[in-house]
Amino acid sequence: MINRYQWRSTLETIAIPLGALVVSLFVFGIFCGLAGANPFGVYGSIYQAAFGSWSSFQGTLIRASPLMLSSLCTALPARLGLVIIGNEGAIVIGGVGAVAAGLALENTSPLVVQLGMAIAGLVSGGLWIMAVGALRHYRGVNETISSLLMNYIAIALLNHLVGGPMKDPTSLNKPSSFPILDINMVGQIPGTRIHYGLLYGIIACVIAYFLIQRTTFGFAARTAGGNIKAARIAGLPVGKLTMAICFLAGSCAGLAGMVEVAAVHGKANESLNAGYGYSGILVAFIARHNPLAATLVAVLLGGILSSGGILQRSHQLPDATVLVFQGLVFLIVLFSDSLYGKFDVFKDKPPTTLTTGNEVSV
Amino acid sequence: MDNRKRFYISRRQVIRGLLATTAFGLTAKLGTGCTPAQNQATTPASPSAGGGTEPVALGFIYVGPKDDFGYNQAHAEGAATVKGLGWTKVVEEASVPETTAVEETMRNMIEQDKVVALFPTSFGYFDPHILKLAVDYPEVQFFHAGGLYEEGKTPKNVGSYFGYIDEAMYLCGIAAAQTSKTGKLGFIGAKPIPQVLRNINSFTLGARSVKPTITTQVIFTGDWAEPVKEAQAANSLADQGIDVLTCHVDSPKVVMETAEKRGIFCCGYHADQTALAPKGYLTGGEWDWSTIYTKYAEMIKEGKTVMAGSIPHVVRGGLKEGFWKLSAFGPAVSEETKKQVEDAKAKFMDGSMVIYKGNLKDNTGKALFAAGKDMTQQDPELEKMNWLVEGVIGKVGS
Repeated sequence: MINRYQWRSTLETIAIPLGALVVSLFVFGIFCGLAGANPFGVYGSIYQAAFGSWSSFQGTLIRASPLMLSSLCTALPARLGLVIIGNEGAIVIGGVGAVAAGLALENTSPLVVQLGMAIAGLVSGGLWIMAVGALRHYRGVNETISSLLMNYIAIALLNHLVGGPMKDPTSLNKPSSFPILDINMVGQIPGTRIHYGLLYGIIACVIAYFLIQRTTFGFAARTAGGNIKAARIAGLPVGKLTMAICFLAGSCAGLAGMVEVAAVHGKANESLNAGYGYSGILVAFIARHNPLAATLVAVLLGGILSSGGILQRSHQLPDATVLVFQGLVFLIVLFSDSLYGKFDVFKDKPPTTLTTGNEVSV
Repeated sequence: MDNRKRFYISRRQVIRGLLATTAFGLTAKLGTGCTPAQNQATTPASPSAGGGTEPVALGFIYVGPKDDFGYNQAHAEGAATVKGLGWTKVVEEASVPETTAVEETMRNMIEQDKVVALFPTSFGYFDPHILKLAVDYPEVQFFHAGGLYEEGKTPKNVGSYFGYIDEAMYLCGIAAAQTSKTGKLGFIGAKPIPQVLRNINSFTLGARSVKPTITTQVIFTGDWAEPVKEAQAANSLADQGIDVLTCHVDSPKVVMETAEKRGIFCCGYHADQTALAPKGYLTGGEWDWSTIYTKYAEMIKEGKTVMAGSIPHVVRGGLKEGFWKLSAFGPAVSEETKKQVEDAKAKFMDGSMVIYKGNLKDNTGKALFAAGKDMTQQDPELEKMNWLVEGVIGKVGS
């Protein structure tokens, strides 16, 4: 019966992000007008390039798949009250770990190799972010700063490894690790050109949602995120929770790195560090750290990114236009956060017979 | 909730928003600059210009912005020339990363814009992206800057082109040595890879061909676009008394500007940077992709293809073939120096110049080639270079 009274707040959590999206499209339209393009033509092209046909939608999904996994690296710790932006580093480290495993297991069967690479990616990315959690919990180091700085360490480590110990001497002008055998690569979903990374992303998001929303572990994590003192008083193992959530978060990003290596590049090199981590932060924030919403937002952002090309080719807009659009969406969605609870229309009417609170749970 | 406070935004929210803006701007590199729209506004040629036939549709893809004063700008200038031919249709995309994004871009150009040939210009596009798309679209021609074509292994519809721009760096070396007062030159490189090492070595050999005791101090920044490290490197080189700087990074802008600010000289690379350092700019090695791209466009118009072998798979060349040109001399270059550079340039033109002579030693004193064997520019051995010649201060290992 309680649910019957909460439809307004549910509507609010859908209507406000959608409204923000419409406003950002409007502002972007003004920008396009100033840059000399017809805004409505631009909207049409964005839609066509992102969702217009099965072929272009596949392009959107290809771009979305690393973002889903990457966004979990920010979304999961956020439920525990930690702002972690070390996604890029965890992707890079996951990729390096996956290549190392892929090369070490080279002579076994493809299934073993792929499994080995996935586990290596999960573990190495997980440990990387777990270190951030440990610094936070045991040494009180700000997790945002430390995870950001660890990105640079990860990239430097990658450059050192592919330029030195792991370098394939035949990779002359783009230093890379030795390649994984073709037979060991992760393939495409049959009938499409989308690699299996998309499925990994969706599955990971569903598991994460279930874990956070429907288990006692998730409840404990959310409690600690809500009020850490109360959680301690209630006897929750905050340290263990921090470590576990950070490990899971990092392992998702690490898996994204493994997918990049095993499904796209076939080796580790500087292309691993392609900005998926930073876009993942954006996805997590727009999705308000809800893993299920993250899948949709990732698809949306994938669509925005894949429209970047047509804006340049058909509308003669500058190459940074797509970044402007992405930035506008990000900012307006962040600002729209302040509108929650400010519209009467979204206020649930208190049930007449009950006196329990019906605060909008955010 | 008080109705009047409905749209109240607290100071905390404003600060949070501003912080988020800054953080996003930094991380998403919003500051990497835009390409002005008017540059691209050239209309494609009307079909009638090509004698009633369809225009030749060509696609160009760049890894960075088209106005970076560097590698991408050089290619975009070449594409602009092709666009101006009148019988071509040129589609371009800038700032395309070396990921699945470039595969999607190529696919869209082929399927939506019906291009017959693609010029993905960044080195990292080659493996695996071009190789993969070339198999998917065997009728489209892919021309790549710097990639290696291996007979029987690389798909038949892939071609490779690149120029011996180190010849231009050799000439820059001569100008630098003659202008330098301290006898110390500086080179800022991105990574110790063969293409970069070759420019360092040629620059140094050019300098030492006129002043045998001169040295080149090398700093590697570690990546192609590291503006902050490039500025630090330029400053630290200037502090060491080095008075001519040059570089091999994606965009030489920062190095040139820093050199000018410190009141020392510089030699450009990739594109013309005179405007960035009007006082200290000596000369520079510029890519001349206009010539190359025009030649390719003409061959494609005539119906030649790389699959049939009527366009060669590997195109390499230097000054003679029109792959590079020298920037106009700056005011600091003396008449005598200009003449010396022009003399050496003439030797590149007639093909009598050999940069890598047989008795060359590396900077640890080891002999590099078998005694007396001169290396011509075409020698594939030079494309695998992993050493620095005598006179270079620096190490290849990281």
